[in-house]
Amino acid sequence: MHILDLVQNSIEAGASTVRLEIIEDREKDTLTIRVADNGRGMDAETKRRVLDPFVTTRTTRRVGLGLPLIDMSTKRCGGHLLITSAVGQGTVVEAEYRHSHLDRPPLGNVVETVKAIIVANPELDFHYVHRVDGAVFTVSTRSIVSELGDMPLSHPDVILWLHEFLSYNLANLYGGVQHENN
Amino acid sequence: MKTIEDLKRMREQFQSQTKLRHASDIQVIVGMGTCGIAAGAREVMSAILDEIAKRKLQDVTVRQTGCIGMCEKEVLVDVVRPGEPRITYGNVTVAAVSKLIGEHVVNGRIVEDMVVGKIAE
Ligand SMILES: Nc1ncnc2c1ncn2[C@@H]1O[C@H](COP(=O)(O)OP(=O)(O)O)[C@@H](O)[C@H]1O
Ligand SMILES: [Mg+2]
Repeated sequence: MHILDLVQNSIEAGASTVRLEIIEDREKDTLTIRVADNGRGMDAETKRRVLDPFVTTRTTRRVGLGLPLIDMSTKRCGGHLLITSAVGQGTVVEAEYRHSHLDRPPLGNVVETVKAIIVANPELDFHYVHRVDGAVFTVSTRSIVSELGDMPLSHPDVILWLHEFLSYNLANLYGGVQHENN
Repeated sequence: MKTIEDLKRMREQFQSQTKLRHASDIQVIVGMGTCGIAAGAREVMSAILDEIAKRKLQDVTVRQTGCIGMCEKEVLVDVVRPGEPRITYGNVTVAAVSKLIGEHVVNGRIVEDMVVGKIAE
């Protein structure tokens, strides 16, 4: 799944705040991944051309791959890719899939993905919200850092804790337990 | 069950040991651009975090970076030891992570056959 790709785009756009939402609605049969950031945003021209695989603003490589691939995979799975962005206003990228579609890319290992984002970006104000039907789990880097003080996120004890914390809460989410995380 | 409250206890423990530690922060940086991710950067990152936890390495910071234009050599991992040149490793696999961490991060020995770049800081 493309979660890391989208978050990396936000970081490269200079975002200090990134909000990742994963919304699974099994009744409506939708899976939505939404990444919202406060980065530099895209002008109308970039936004219009961004789904063309031969467009990228990077200079190191001539071809952008991320968004065009996501666009294609959503369309193949009865969904869509929606980009809302303006210069100086940040960007919201929303990818929606039919949850039950056979070709839908698997969500992948969300525990490892979220763990990597949190540990490797200690200064990023990162929020993770995951809804499965009626249940919701949310955690933010700040809520962890404020408890840790000067203890680094890459401390072995913190890595192990994060792993168990995320695994436990995700399992709960799928077990249908209503969960309140402040 | 793990809760945010566990962190308070961990912090207290950390601070009580803090006098014993010395600040020699080693940085490990993983390329997480589209090509890196496609080549398995997430799995390599997970393996690095596992290794840090397993070896109880307390003076390592892990960071992610974007594409640096060596897409065909992804996954790229940089190791920066204080006062030493920044070493870039290419085509890093999950299987190679243990050796990279054990040799270079822990023992300061560069794994020459995986090096694709050196930058003096
Ligand atoms: N969150 C974002 N904020 C601002 N610009 C973005 C964002 N995501 C993508 N872009 C723009 O769209 C371009 C294409 O993105 P993408 O398809 O992921 O390819 P790449 O990241 O390889 O350039 C980027 O180079 C960037 O200019
Ligand atoms: Mg990208």
